[in-house]
Amino acid sequence: MNAALLIIFGTIILSSLLGVIAGRRLPMNLENWAVGGRRFGVLLIWLLMAGEVYTTFTFLGASGWAYSKGAPAFYILVYGALAYTLSFFILPPLWKVGKKHGLHTQPDYFIHRYGSRGLGVLVALVGVVCIVPYLELQLAGLGFIVNVASRGAISAPLAIILSFVLTCVFVLTSGLKGAAWVAVVKDIMMLAAVGVVGFGVPVIYFGGVGKMLRALSLQFPGHLVFPGATAHMDVLWVMSTCLMTGLGFYMWPHMFGSAFSAKSASTIKRNAIIMPFYQLPTLLVFLVGFTALLTIPGLANPDTAFLSLVDKTYPSWFVGFVGAAGAVTAMVPSAILVLFAATLLAKNVYKAGFAPRADDRVVMRLSRAMVLVVMVAALLLTLFFPDELVRLLIFGYDGVSQFFPGVVLGLFWKRVTRTGVWVGLSAGVAVVVALIATRHDPFFGLNAGFVGLAVNAILTIAVSLLKNRESALPDRS
Amino acid sequence: MRKGTKLALYLAAIPFLTLVFALPLVNRVRPMVLGLPFLLFWILVWVALTPFILALAYRLEKKYNPPDDDEEKGR
Repeated sequence: MNAALLIIFGTIILSSLLGVIAGRRLPMNLENWAVGGRRFGVLLIWLLMAGEVYTTFTFLGASGWAYSKGAPAFYILVYGALAYTLSFFILPPLWKVGKKHGLHTQPDYFIHRYGSRGLGVLVALVGVVCIVPYLELQLAGLGFIVNVASRGAISAPLAIILSFVLTCVFVLTSGLKGAAWVAVVKDIMMLAAVGVVGFGVPVIYFGGVGKMLRALSLQFPGHLVFPGATAHMDVLWVMSTCLMTGLGFYMWPHMFGSAFSAKSASTIKRNAIIMPFYQLPTLLVFLVGFTALLTIPGLANPDTAFLSLVDKTYPSWFVGFVGAAGAVTAMVPSAILVLFAATLLAKNVYKAGFAPRADDRVVMRLSRAMVLVVMVAALLLTLFFPDELVRLLIFGYDGVSQFFPGVVLGLFWKRVTRTGVWVGLSAGVAVVVALIATRHDPFFGLNAGFVGLAVNAILTIAVSLLKNRESALPDRS
Repeated sequence: MRKGTKLALYLAAIPFLTLVFALPLVNRVRPMVLGLPFLLFWILVWVALTPFILALAYRLEKKYNPPDDDEEKGR
C-alpha cells in the first residue's frame, strides 16, 4: 500500500474513531443527540460551525468558480461576514428561547412561537428537501476527491460507501458531539492543505501571489471584476446573492440547530465575533483557482481545478493528504446534515404531524433509524442519479432563506401572526420554485431566492398587520 | 431600545454598507493594492475588519446595557 492510500484510509478511520470515543460515556437522549447537551464552549462551537461552513464546496466549488467565473466567486467571501454580523443579534435571543423551552430544532421553534404543529411540519419538510441534495453533493464530492487523490486506486463508490458507513457509526454513537470532535481534525487538516496549496502554487508557478494576479489581469482583463467570465452575474446579482445567502445562512436547519448547542447566550455571541476569521482562507482557495486558470486552462469540469493543479504540482503523499482532508471535509457536514434531517423527520414530521403523544425515547429511536434512511437515500441518489438533483441543490439556499422572516420577526416583533408566516413562507417557496423551474433565475438581474424572500417578507408583515386578531398567541418570552 | 444595542446595530451596518451596497463603486481592478486587484482588496479588508467591528459592538453593549441582562450568565 502506498503512502497516499495509507494517509487517506488512516485519516478516515482514525477521525471516525475519535468521533465514536467523543460520545462513548454519553447517555444518548434527544438533548445530547441533537444539541450536544447544550454544553459547547466558544472554541468547540467555533470548530463545529466552521466544520459546517467549510464543506467540499469550499475545496471544489469555490476554486472552480474562481477558475471558470472569476470575480462572482467573491460572494463566497462576503456572505459569511454578513451572516456572522446578523447572528450576533439573532442567535443569542434564539438560544435563550431554545434553552427556556427545551427546543432542539428549527421546526420546534416555529411550533413554539406560532403555536402551530402544521407549520412545524411544513418547515421540517422544506428543510429536509433542501438538506438531501446538499448531503448528496458532499458524498459525490468525497468520492471524486478520494478517487483523484489516490490516483484512481480507490474507486469513487468504494470511497463513498466506506466513509458513509463510518460516518453513520460515529453519528449513531455520539450524536452532535461526535461530529464536533471529528470537525477538530477536519478543520486542522483542511487549513493546512489550503494554506500550503494556496500560498504554494502562485509562488511555484509565478514567483508570488501579486505576480500571479498581475499575469491574470493582463491575460484575462475582465476576470477580476464583476461579472467576470459570466454573462449574468453582474454586480446586482452579486449584491442580491450576498444578501440572500447572508440572511439564509443560519436558516439552514443544521446551522440553526447548532446554535442551541452553545452553553450560554454569551458563548454564541462571542462565537459570532470570531467566525469571520474563518472566511479568510477562502481567499487562498480563490488563488488556487486563478493559478489553475493560467497554468491548466480549458478543463472540461472546472470543479476539478483544485485537485488537478495539486496533482500536477505536488508529490503523491501530499496529494494523499489533500485527499484525506477532502474526505473528512465531506464527512463532517454529512454527519451534521444527516443528524438534523433525521431529527426533523422523527421529531417534527412523525411526532408533530402524526403522533403528538410519542415520548422522547420513541423519537430518539426513530431519529437513529432515520439516520440510516436518509443516508441510504442520499447514497442511492449519488450512485444512481448523480445529475437529477442539480436543480434541487440550486433550490437549497433559496429555500432555507425563506425561513428568515418567520424566525427573525418571531424574535423581535410581537405582532407577527401564524397566518402571516404561513402565507409568507408558502408564497416565498412558491416564487422560488416557479422562477427556477421556468428558468428565470436571475430575475431582472436579481437572485431568485432574493425575490422570493422579498415577497415572503412583505406578505408576512402585511398579513400579520391585517389579521391581528390572533394576538393571543403564546408570547416568545 | 437600549443604548448599547443601538450602538451595536449602527456598527453592524458597516459590513452591509461596505460589502454589499458599496460594491458598484469598487468594481475595478486598479489601483492594485498589495498585489491584489482593488475589488478583492476592498472585500478582504472589510471581511477582516468585521470581527473587530463586532468585538467593539460587544464591548459597547456590555458597557451601556444594564448588567441585569442575562447575557453574562454562564461566563
